[in-house]
Amino acid sequence: MLLVTCPWCGPRDETEFHYGGQAHVPHPADPAALDDRQWAEYVFYRENPKGPFAERWMHATGCRRWFNALRDTASYRILATYRPHEPRPSPQPVETPTAPPSPGDRRAAGSSGGNR
Amino acid sequence: MTTEPLPEHPEPLWRNPEPRSSYDVVIVGGGGHGLATAYYLASVHGITNVAVLEKGWLAGGNMARNTTIIRSNYLWDESAALYEHALKLWEGLPDELDYDFLFSQRGVLNLAHTLQDVREGTRRANANRLNGVDSVWLGPDEIAEVCPILNTSPDTRYPVLGGTYQPRAGIAKHDHVAWALARRADALGVDLIQGCEVTGFLKDGNRVTGVETTRGRIHAGRVGLAAAGHSSVLAELAGFRLPVQSHPLQALVSELHEPVHPTVVMSNHVHVYVSQAHKGELVMGAGVDAYNGYGQRGAFHVIEQQMAAAVELFPVFARAHVLRTWGGIVDVTPDASPIIGATPVDGLFVNCGWGTGGFKATPAAGWTFAHTLATGVPHPLNEPFSLDRFTTGALIDEHGAAAVAH
Repeated sequence: MLLVTCPWCGPRDETEFHYGGQAHVPHPADPAALDDRQWAEYVFYRENPKGPFAERWMHATGCRRWFNALRDTASYRILATYRPHEPRPSPQPVETPTAPPSPGDRRAAGSSGGNR
Repeated sequence: MTTEPLPEHPEPLWRNPEPRSSYDVVIVGGGGHGLATAYYLASVHGITNVAVLEKGWLAGGNMARNTTIIRSNYLWDESAALYEHALKLWEGLPDELDYDFLFSQRGVLNLAHTLQDVREGTRRANANRLNGVDSVWLGPDEIAEVCPILNTSPDTRYPVLGGTYQPRAGIAKHDHVAWALARRADALGVDLIQGCEVTGFLKDGNRVTGVETTRGRIHAGRVGLAAAGHSSVLAELAGFRLPVQSHPLQALVSELHEPVHPTVVMSNHVHVYVSQAHKGELVMGAGVDAYNGYGQRGAFHVIEQQMAAAVELFPVFARAHVLRTWGGIVDVTPDASPIIGATPVDGLFVNCGWGTGGFKATPAAGWTFAHTLATGVPHPLNEPFSLDRFTTGALIDEHGAAAVAH
């Protein structure tokens, strides 16, 4: 189980969260101008990298707020979590559990599990 | 101290050739689908100058990690045709390949626990029958006759309200299926090349002309991708995108038990699917882990939920022990149906998106993908399963029949 650091509540078990897929997918600025191919891209196509991936999570049994995480899909290591208005952190994979936290975060970045 | 000498190593079932510099067709991925494609390319289409490139060892990915369930009770006409074609091929393959891979048509029950499940199940059984698939709707008493160890009492949290039953469904020994296909493909001249990872694609304009691999450059007339969970990674190397998301999917087995479970039981709602292997292990599958992942492992809480469902449905399992658990990577499409056909790159074709249900379709995936690679156009069976459907909107929504949560 992952230990996911909610940017508002701190580290919690993965079971408290709902997964939301790829982050930073903007709604089309001019929807009426899109052709079928562009609609398909917006509705059905998402990035699926093996490595760092910016994705949405929601703290379903906590504050119920959405936030973003940068997570390595091969190691499952969470490289950073950040609030929706914040920019995506550096996409470089972090191998050690000493990821630099973004300002204002109290998380233990890169934690791999919590015993309870 | 004396020791018995080791027995003679059995004859290898296939050669272990060095890759040649060029083939008519290169198939990327040496799992069940890649091997079936190679077998049908050689046996049906007479194309034997074929290489199957496998980055690990043959059939070591999802072919080694599935729960071996075979059935064809899918809702829509397009899916019923494809999966029923697979089932008919399964029924002939042990003889055709001269290999008894323990194909056992012991039936499958898909249970209903809610009114919506009942409506969906009865509709699907009726749709199946219109498509020549041997589905019937059973009530709880009839289900208890088919599978006496199943708890069909009305006192459970989610009582069994009924279910669909397909008698011709069943299981097969997955490793032996791969070995049977590999042996015959090899005998027909196909080169099965293990430890050979594709690292890039050679192109002339928009036409693929070969692949770069960890064992050198290999030219090809046509290239077929059959790489399941890693399809997106390959597509990115080739310069196009696929509407798939890769997820971990977990399964587990118990230690060996006397035969107690006569059929296959799948429950979408409380969520577990269970059969008993010939050897005696109870084989159980979970839903996918929610997040995208390539790690071939998942979280324990998913297993916990799956075991809770198993014990609810089968009180007799309560004291069985888990022997081992594992995960595979499944490539899930938005409509829970596969993609088999052309890509935006000329000469490059893809068979992917089988999600949680690729094993049962192994022969049909091979049959249709071989046809597509041999002729350059889809077989009528896979024509509806084009990549293009996500643009035209002609989706084939099988989330109900897929029966694995994702």
